[in-house]
Amino acid sequence: MRITTPHQDFTRGIWRENPVLIQMLGLCPALAVTNTVANSIAMGLATFFVLIGSSLLVSLSKRFIPNEVRISTFILIIATFVTIADMSLEAVVPDIHKALGAFIALIVVNCMILGRQEAFASKRPVGRSLLDALGTGVGFIIAMLMMGTVREVLGNGTILGFSVFGSNYEPWVIFILPPGGFFTIGFILLGLNYVQSRRKPKQLVAELTGDGKAGRAA
Amino acid sequence: MTAELLWILVSAMVVNNFTLYYFLGLCPFMGVSGKVETAVRMGAANIFVLTITSISVWILNTYILAAAPYLRLISFIVVIASTVQIVEMAIKKISPALFRALGIYLPLITTNCAILGYALFNTNKGYGFFEGLAFAWGAGLGLTLALVLMASIRESTELIEVPEVVKGNALVFLIAGCLSLAFMGFAGLLSST
Repeated sequence: MRITTPHQDFTRGIWRENPVLIQMLGLCPALAVTNTVANSIAMGLATFFVLIGSSLLVSLSKRFIPNEVRISTFILIIATFVTIADMSLEAVVPDIHKALGAFIALIVVNCMILGRQEAFASKRPVGRSLLDALGTGVGFIIAMLMMGTVREVLGNGTILGFSVFGSNYEPWVIFILPPGGFFTIGFILLGLNYVQSRRKPKQLVAELTGDGKAGRAA
Repeated sequence: MTAELLWILVSAMVVNNFTLYYFLGLCPFMGVSGKVETAVRMGAANIFVLTITSISVWILNTYILAAAPYLRLISFIVVIASTVQIVEMAIKKISPALFRALGIYLPLITTNCAILGYALFNTNKGYGFFEGLAFAWGAGLGLTLALVLMASIRESTELIEVPEVVKGNALVFLIAGCLSLAFMGFAGLLSST
């Protein structure tokens, strides 16, 4: 197990090991409900809540969970929090709850959440697990917002219902339909690859000129 | 009756394809679509588990959940997890050859969102026993179809020269987008009936 500082536990999930864009976890919600910014935010917050709640509970009770049935126990804990989130959303924002449909309940099988429990919360102290969950949750919300903004702006010409391009804009409807989800994440990954490929030679130069430390840190 | 069941099957398979329309089961779609052979096996394992899930969900919905709807999610996931476990043990005992063929894919199906998604959609639509079964096979065949299509495209694009930045997941997503676009054409079936 790698030794990490609390600061690393928190920041790791936000960008460098972003659950959706880098680790390819939790793709279903990231593609299915990001057709508007409002839906993305609601889904992001619901997942954030479930992740924090289950990380906290798993980390608190890790001593009482037998190793053989740990996965089932994690899933049960996650399912309980998802039920809470599902019912709260239905009571507070019924419109959005209806738009998200079965995908709220499908947070249970979001591999990102189970992955954090198995890899982190079940082995580390409560404080660290909470930091890790916060970082990963923020990373997930960022990815959801990126997807949601691109898709709503291109597919509908609006952000959160406010017009961006004025009334002359002809909406690019394909982006709020299912294929648009695949195209959006495809192009976001393409952009990330491009940034990565530009950075690599620079790192190499930095290391070769004896400035190895700075190169690795970047 | 038969026509209705056939319609449920076809619409779940191509019109509202689980992977390309609802984005369910994306993990295996990205993970095991490298070779046609593994794609077929994964699809078969999915159809198998979906069939058993459809029967269990029908029993749960008819006899238990009418009295306690708030337990739906928890009981579904428990049933799916234990079904997969039992199926795994049974196959290991009855047919070791099949067990080896399915390999790691069988336990992984527990966290495949297509199965839980199927259970939830089935409940929302209020399907009966046979309708549920038709829906399960439609969904399973649809998953298999998407997986096999994707795998064959990936096999044939493997040696094609693409720019360095497109390689890997970006390319897979762009291909999936085109596939999804093609499958949208099937939506025309809906209005013609």
